[in-house]
Amino acid sequence: MSILINKNTKVITQGMTGKVGQFHTFHCKQYANGAHCFVAGVNPKKAGEEFDGIPVYASVLDAKRATGATVSVIYVPPSGAAAAIDEAVEADLDLVICITEGIPVHDMLKTRYKMQGKRTLLIGPNCPGLITPDEIKIGIMPGHIHKKGRIGVVSRSGTLTYEAVGQLSALGYGQSSCVGIGGDPINGMKHIDVMRLFNDDPETDAVIMVGEIGGSDEEECARWIKANMQKPVVGFIAGVTAPEGKRMGHAGAIISGGQGGANEKLAVMEECGIHITRNPAEMGRTMQKILKI
Amino acid sequence: MKIHEYQGKEILREFGVPTPRGVACFSVEEAVAAAQQLGGKIWVVKAQIHAGGRGKGGGVKVAKSLDEVRQYAGQILGMHLVTHQTGPEGQVVRRLLIEEGAQIVKEFYVGMVVDRASQRVALLASSEGGMEIEEVAKHSPEKIRTVRIDPVAGLTTEEATHTAHAIGIPDAANAEAVKVLQGLYRAFVEKDAMLAEINPLVLTADNRVLALDAKFNFDSNALYRRPEIVAYRDLDEEDPAEIEASKFELSYIQLDGDIGCLVNGAGLAMATMDIIKLYGGSPANFLDVGGGANKEKVTEAFKLMLKNPHLKAILVNIFGGIMKCDVIAEGVVAAAREVHLAVPLVVRLEGTNVELGKKILADSGLPIISGNDMADAAQKVVAAAKGAK
Repeated sequence: MSILINKNTKVITQGMTGKVGQFHTFHCKQYANGAHCFVAGVNPKKAGEEFDGIPVYASVLDAKRATGATVSVIYVPPSGAAAAIDEAVEADLDLVICITEGIPVHDMLKTRYKMQGKRTLLIGPNCPGLITPDEIKIGIMPGHIHKKGRIGVVSRSGTLTYEAVGQLSALGYGQSSCVGIGGDPINGMKHIDVMRLFNDDPETDAVIMVGEIGGSDEEECARWIKANMQKPVVGFIAGVTAPEGKRMGHAGAIISGGQGGANEKLAVMEECGIHITRNPAEMGRTMQKILKI
Repeated sequence: MKIHEYQGKEILREFGVPTPRGVACFSVEEAVAAAQQLGGKIWVVKAQIHAGGRGKGGGVKVAKSLDEVRQYAGQILGMHLVTHQTGPEGQVVRRLLIEEGAQIVKEFYVGMVVDRASQRVALLASSEGGMEIEEVAKHSPEKIRTVRIDPVAGLTTEEATHTAHAIGIPDAANAEAVKVLQGLYRAFVEKDAMLAEINPLVLTADNRVLALDAKFNFDSNALYRRPEIVAYRDLDEEDPAEIEASKFELSYIQLDGDIGCLVNGAGLAMATMDIIKLYGGSPANFLDVGGGANKEKVTEAFKLMLKNPHLKAILVNIFGGIMKCDVIAEGVVAAAREVHLAVPLVVRLEGTNVELGKKILADSGLPIISGNDMADAAQKVVAAAKGAK
């Protein structure tokens, strides 16, 4: 078991024929059951062609009808990426994973508005994607550091997610699924949404949650955990030493109640029963300690 | 991307938001000529730097004669203006805004931000103008009105009317205030802003509403479609090291410590700074080389870090995903040779092609200290930096 995706998931790749899309589609196809999972690409100008054995369709809807795919992954460049998400949502897919980095915020505001009332879930943008080890990898993470197992990982960062996974695997703890939700201010699934799924997944025993400064998503997730979570959670927040106000306008923090600093987040998480560590090299060992008790 | 007040006011006027009349100037002579041209008896001489808090730092003066305009312009131009946002060394003033004086009855605050929680643009408005909104939020949050705006309907006349009334703008000036709020919203959306503030927005004796200040921050991801905003960029206001970094698509922020960090990924870069601090060291910079680093980028990253006179040691922390460790290792070796590296260098590699990467470092003959994992690498670099003292 796993969350969101497994070895039977059928995936459409939007932006497959570009340089980035080709590179990562190749590696995703190579990983575990990938050859059976990546069934379609989309490019209106190249419909009817094949890329590396994967048929290209004119639209997401065409690809879905032809292959029965329910998930798409997006490598479309930033200026067209929000429209690519819109297309996948219109085609009523279950899940869209947007890898693209650098989408204008106002584009994402419009896209999120259009997604209201739709059933499609969004992961990202500006994320590494997600993986269910030994079954399927959708995104840009290095597959070989993962190991099949029972720990869930959810993170806003890319390489810091790999760090958490690498530590777990080195200690012998495999992962059920690892989800990179992305670092953009306006995005799809938040920590709390992924945490709910891990809580309900019978094959996840515990979760590592990795956050960073800005916004209040981690705090919201922490409060939900306190009230609902039945599994232990280990938490780390990056950015204790980050200079204030360098990346976001101060007024942005006001609206979320003066939150956003790493220390404030860690305090809320600790108070909510999350096993926090302030040392990014100790995420795996913190998990080990809990599971041994 | 930030712009100057006078540029922000140009944008506001374009969207129908009234501002005092004013002229941007680069010399004392221009300032006096501008005051003459504007006419009247009172002028405001305002330093144009990107940082806030200019008034308290002595960068805003009210002149009651042309002689005073000359005197203040002479004092402010070229001064190192120190505010709470500039750091102790201050920012050199190179531009002035000369404005007509306004008869102020009351000051208000209005601002727009992108609200992550509601995933909407939010309007913030307060009766407490002239103060920093952060202070208002801390001490009297009940005085801030927030409107989360529907992206299809925009800021409606009803919402704007309500907001203006709620913060105490008199009914006689309500229609003017509505124009200001709706104009600010349109400017925010149509110019791809991340933050827009008018602080203060003032009510004049004749019931006019004017933007006395204008602060904008634009989405750097949207600049490709906003050439008119890019034209406002003032490189004098930006950190030279950060400008240099952006040319090579490196994300660099200078800090006040002595251990340079070169990392791939923003989250891991922040975590690397955190762990250095945790082991008793102090990071000299944040540096994210991104996903597509090559030899050239790594070399430039080393050059950037080495420009910092406080630098005592360097930690390279790479978790290779897309980026292969051997490519990074080659880049590190080439960079260390090219810059004749004289400070201790600790390298921690993990991920794709890690063994190959480690071999390249070991075979290079350079005195590179290898870190086995993040903690080991951080401890080694902290010790190396202390040894260098």
